[in-house]
Amino acid sequence: MKDDKLVIGGKQFNSRFILGSGKFSLKFMQSVIDNAEVEMVTVALRRANIGGQNNILDYIPKNITLLPNTSGARTAEEAVRIARLAREVGCGDFVKLEIIGDSKYLLPNNAETIKATEILSKEGFIVMPYMYPDLYVARDLVSAGASAVMPLAAPIGTNKGLRTKDFIKILVDEIDLPIIVDAGIGRPSEACAAMEMGVSAVMANTAIATAGNVDIMAKAFKNAIIAGREAYLAGTGRVLEGKAEASSPLVGFLED
Amino acid sequence: MIKINGENKDLNNLNLMEYLKSCGYKIEVVAVELNGNIVKKADYVNTTLHDGDVVEIVSFVGGG
Repeated sequence: MKDDKLVIGGKQFNSRFILGSGKFSLKFMQSVIDNAEVEMVTVALRRANIGGQNNILDYIPKNITLLPNTSGARTAEEAVRIARLAREVGCGDFVKLEIIGDSKYLLPNNAETIKATEILSKEGFIVMPYMYPDLYVARDLVSAGASAVMPLAAPIGTNKGLRTKDFIKILVDEIDLPIIVDAGIGRPSEACAAMEMGVSAVMANTAIATAGNVDIMAKAFKNAIIAGREAYLAGTGRVLEGKAEASSPLVGFLED
Repeated sequence: MIKINGENKDLNNLNLMEYLKSCGYKIEVVAVELNGNIVKKADYVNTTLHDGDVVEIVSFVGGG
């Protein structure tokens, strides 16, 4: 297992859990990161407050890879602008591309996402696009230079679980990039199921931020993601339909 | 008037670095856009803001 690394844009990660930092009180950030044992945390870019107090970077350990998102962008053009500004802060080339035109369901605009991926990858960004799981779009994202593909499991922030499972599985089977499930995962069991079917990593935020105890839930997700990965690597046992098969030997009873 | 983060300020001929410092911004955690173009951190000291300029000063916050 030690050599089972997640590689995104040439960078290796031991953890297959990406944590979103939204909705947390900053004072919980460090302990949630510690319990989740994540190596990558997403952040958003917003107008800075005068005084500069309570900057989130003061609460995220320096060894964590920051994954700035382009939340707030409605078009490729806006996303490119946000990505460039985020890189200018000076925390690396990773960007979680997120382009959302619909304010009710917060679904990603796949067409704009492909356009922005092409522009940003040419500028040297490590582009991780959030997308609605569609094979053709995923192929276009590969051609556009994406470093991973991040299909949604369910609408953002809903904790509804792996609703798009069959379509994510198609991406796992057909796309030669890390497939990272983003958005909608609500429970560790769902994260585990996603990992079991072969996705490369799982991202979660709301599931942990809205849990009764954020530290314990962060740890539960960490364990579930490891369990799912190990099950995938092991290869799950076969399913038997319409009959049964004893697990204990059927000979050598204590009779006769 | 200079528009900074959406607010019109009665300012003119203002050095960007001095403005950022006077507001308490930590240079290492912000990015600045002037009239739609990114200003490199190294250029803050020799950038002057003029009447009519539109400035955005951004930093990271929690987000998923």
